[in-house]
Amino acid sequence: MEQGLLLSAMLFALGLLGVLVRRNLIMILMSLEVMLNATGLAFVVAGSRWGQADGQIMFLLILALAAAEVGVGLGLALHIFHRFATLDADSINEMQG
Amino acid sequence: MTLILFYLTSAVAIFATVMMITRLNAVHSLLFLILSLLAVGIIFFLLGAHFAAVLEVIIYAGAIMVLFVFVIMMLNQGHKTIVQERAWLQPGIWLGPSLLALFLFAELLVIIMLGGSADTGQVVNSKQVGIALYGPYLLAVELASLLLLAGLVGAYHFGKPMLKPKKPGSAS
Repeated sequence: MEQGLLLSAMLFALGLLGVLVRRNLIMILMSLEVMLNATGLAFVVAGSRWGQADGQIMFLLILALAAAEVGVGLGLALHIFHRFATLDADSINEMQG
Repeated sequence: MTLILFYLTSAVAIFATVMMITRLNAVHSLLFLILSLLAVGIIFFLLGAHFAAVLEVIIYAGAIMVLFVFVIMMLNQGHKTIVQERAWLQPGIWLGPSLLALFLFAELLVIIMLGGSADTGQVVNSKQVGIALYGPYLLAVELASLLLLAGLVGAYHFGKPMLKPKKPGSAS
């Protein structure tokens, strides 16, 4: 069980590293997916440890959250690309109304 | 035996995630991200969460990654696309992820040969999950459906300016 939680923590740290290091919006969204997946893994590991179904149910809810987040996030990325002609997260730090 | 498989699959997952955040090309990192999600699905299977494993493969590695593929395709329009795709599809690019995916498939076959037993955790089958999902967690299911509806409306709102034909002279 500790190995599962350790793997979850490592995947979460890698996802966080990706969010912080990469500047492409698509890459940031993909790293966010890795982080959400790592939290789901932690829930499933805990549910498997205690033999309860609650862990998998939390994983299902995280799955729905990830689907909604990807839909909105990719729509936002498309919008930003059409408006600024770039996907660099640093170049869109000014809001002009 | 199952613990060895668990460690091997964890190594594949971590390797794929590291490769994903270090690739410069979005398509290459997408390949490695799919591999990482497949590896986590195998880990769910090893932990005895069969329903979560199936959902991981179908929804995460299937549906959500298709969205990423569509957006990457839409953002790469132009005459350079054909040259770019030819460069992307060189054997050296997809050979690594394919071999690791084949390795995961071999692991799955080994698990099935061993009888599908999970030594690393207690098996929680889909019947228990379904009973709990539509019993005490009914309100959470409704909230998730509401969240998905809100996501749909938001994505449509963001995509609407691109669906309309642009008037000449109008900004954005």
